[in-house]
Amino acid sequence: MTGTIPPPRDMILEVAGLTMRFGGLVAVEQVSFAAMRGDITALIGPNGAGKTTVFNCITGFYRPSSGAVRLHLPGALPVDLHRLPGYRIARAGVARTFQNIRLFPGMTALENLLVAQHNRLMAATGWGIGAVLGLSRYPRAEREAIELARHWLQATALLDRADDPAGALPYGAQRRLEIARAMCTNPSLLCLDEPAAGLNPRESEELARLLLEIRAQGTSILLIEHDMGVVMKISDRVVVLDHGRLIADDIPAVVRADPRVIAAYLGEGEEEEEGEAA
Amino acid sequence: MSRTEDRRSQARPAAGESDRPRQGALIALKDAALSALVALGLFAPMVGLRTDVAPSGGLYLRTRWADVAILCGIVFMLRLALVLWTGRRGLQPSTAPRPWTLWLQKAGRFFAPALLAVALVLPFIPGVERYELDLGILVLTYVMLGWGLNIVVGLAGLLDLGYVAFYAVGAYSYALLALNFGLSFWICLPLAGILAAFWGILLGFPVLRLRGDYLAIVTLAFGEMIRIVLVNWVSLTGGPNGISGIPRPSFFGLSFSMSGDPDTFAGYFGLEPSPLHRVIFLYYLIFALALLTNWVTLRLRRQPLGRAWEAMREDEIACRALGINITTAKLSAFALGAMFGGFAGAFFATRQAFISPESFTFIESATILAIVVLGGLGSQIGVAVAALVMIGGFEFFRQFGEWRMLVFGGAMVLIMVLRPRGLVGTRTPSVALGEKRAIGANLIGEGRG
Repeated sequence: MTGTIPPPRDMILEVAGLTMRFGGLVAVEQVSFAAMRGDITALIGPNGAGKTTVFNCITGFYRPSSGAVRLHLPGALPVDLHRLPGYRIARAGVARTFQNIRLFPGMTALENLLVAQHNRLMAATGWGIGAVLGLSRYPRAEREAIELARHWLQATALLDRADDPAGALPYGAQRRLEIARAMCTNPSLLCLDEPAAGLNPRESEELARLLLEIRAQGTSILLIEHDMGVVMKISDRVVVLDHGRLIADDIPAVVRADPRVIAAYLGEGEEEEEGEAA
Repeated sequence: MSRTEDRRSQARPAAGESDRPRQGALIALKDAALSALVALGLFAPMVGLRTDVAPSGGLYLRTRWADVAILCGIVFMLRLALVLWTGRRGLQPSTAPRPWTLWLQKAGRFFAPALLAVALVLPFIPGVERYELDLGILVLTYVMLGWGLNIVVGLAGLLDLGYVAFYAVGAYSYALLALNFGLSFWICLPLAGILAAFWGILLGFPVLRLRGDYLAIVTLAFGEMIRIVLVNWVSLTGGPNGISGIPRPSFFGLSFSMSGDPDTFAGYFGLEPSPLHRVIFLYYLIFALALLTNWVTLRLRRQPLGRAWEAMREDEIACRALGINITTAKLSAFALGAMFGGFAGAFFATRQAFISPESFTFIESATILAIVVLGGLGSQIGVAVAALVMIGGFEFFRQFGEWRMLVFGGAMVLIMVLRPRGLVGTRTPSVALGEKRAIGANLIGEGRG
């Protein structure tokens, strides 16, 4: 355990001394921050700052070289996410989306949302055997799962596309469907990797509204985003990374005025290239 | 990757069709001449030159240039007609729904029940003799194997080139258990399935991390390993000599012997003893086993486990992010597919009464995989039709004598050119809020391991 400050009262995610090395390259170095329950926390920084690496450490796609990632849930001991295999992190209550959309293109939107509820449904089938024989509470569980899916399809304005294959949906709809799919796992913390990438201004607007709605329903959000309009409008707190280090962690208004953040984005030979985001 | 290519080829505008008819004819002629040239290159050594035994006993080279000329002429004419008819693009492979697809889908709704009905009454159709029944049993065995492999390859997207190993495990399990312990077929059948499933899991563990080509190679090696063990472990399996005298199945304790005693099938029901009784019984046995495979697969597809398999085929990383345990999902697919292979193997052993490693070579795996790919990955009816076409077609093409393999191979190439994703490339959603609409094959993932 690295020596850390005692967690403030209502933290949901604690990242402490996180370091990630790829061979000789240090992608993330000694990054510590916390995301509060019920907040939208944004993680920003120029390209190559290590945002996605931090994300992958949190969601179990990388195992950090050192440091800790802990999930604090009310009435339970903190969960050490950095020790869990990837699929267990989703079960612990952390859902994520991907920078390059990863839907199941050959399955319908509804099926995508049902796959997200796999674990709950699987338990209801008696681990597959009961359901094959037609026993068990499966039909009811499936009806409930479809209701939940319908709720999120409604919330993301995809209800009329429910029976269309996910791969045939327009880009913006695919982005929304991926968020809906993550929400169908009933997460405590939703991690979004550049959800506004490639969206037009109107779609970004809708996305911001959707994220605020999700927050209002009690899910905390951690967000990587390049679209500063979205970030500054909806975030409760902004964490800035540059060259793998934490350079700022404050409310949006303060971060916006921070000279180091401005330097990281504008100066010192750093060019922001939108192309890499794709 | 192929998905994007597919889309691109569809997006490409129909290249200037017959805008200048004279030039079109010229292009067609050139194209046909080129095809004829390629045909000449191929047919000259294959057909034109032939070694025969001379009356004196020696070998001599016989030339058949007339045949070559006829073949090249046919190729020229066909190509010319094709290019003139369809334009320069030739026949475009397509997985997208065409106008006639709708009609076909409508017909398909009656096709499956009709096929089932024919299969059900086949032994009683006049004119169906021993030969037809044996062929029916063979086809149904492959239908069952195809459906079993379809779970692994079609649903879970794991390319398995060693499926015959589980067929072998099932067959040897039944043979050894029945001969050494005197267990009846009905006890051995589930045991054979369980043992095959066990081997499926055993294969599954080392290949969990492998994808695509690497997975295919390891499964291929696994299939060969099982066969080589069977050949070399002489004290247990009899080695290359195989195992003979495997007990035949009984009808609820009534044997199918020809004696006519009251404890035989014919005697008990007061029938004239006939060897056909056993064949009919075996036919219905494999029919029931195949239907069981189909029923379990169809049910699982509509349930979380089946959906997780299909999701895994589409995108494994996304599955992990949703909390699906890839390990158990993969292992369960391997185990279940292997179990049905084991059932089929036990049936094979009891039907033949003799098994040897000869029956479990790589070509069997390849045939079963070809059935699944030809039928369309993940499609139950497609696999059944493909098994009928492949196995039945193989028999049907016997009349072509030495041309059999050529005609057969050509037919398969033609199908794969026109329908690259198999006979039934579309996918029916497992659940829908409204109407279930088939999903075009260009959207469906093929699985990458």
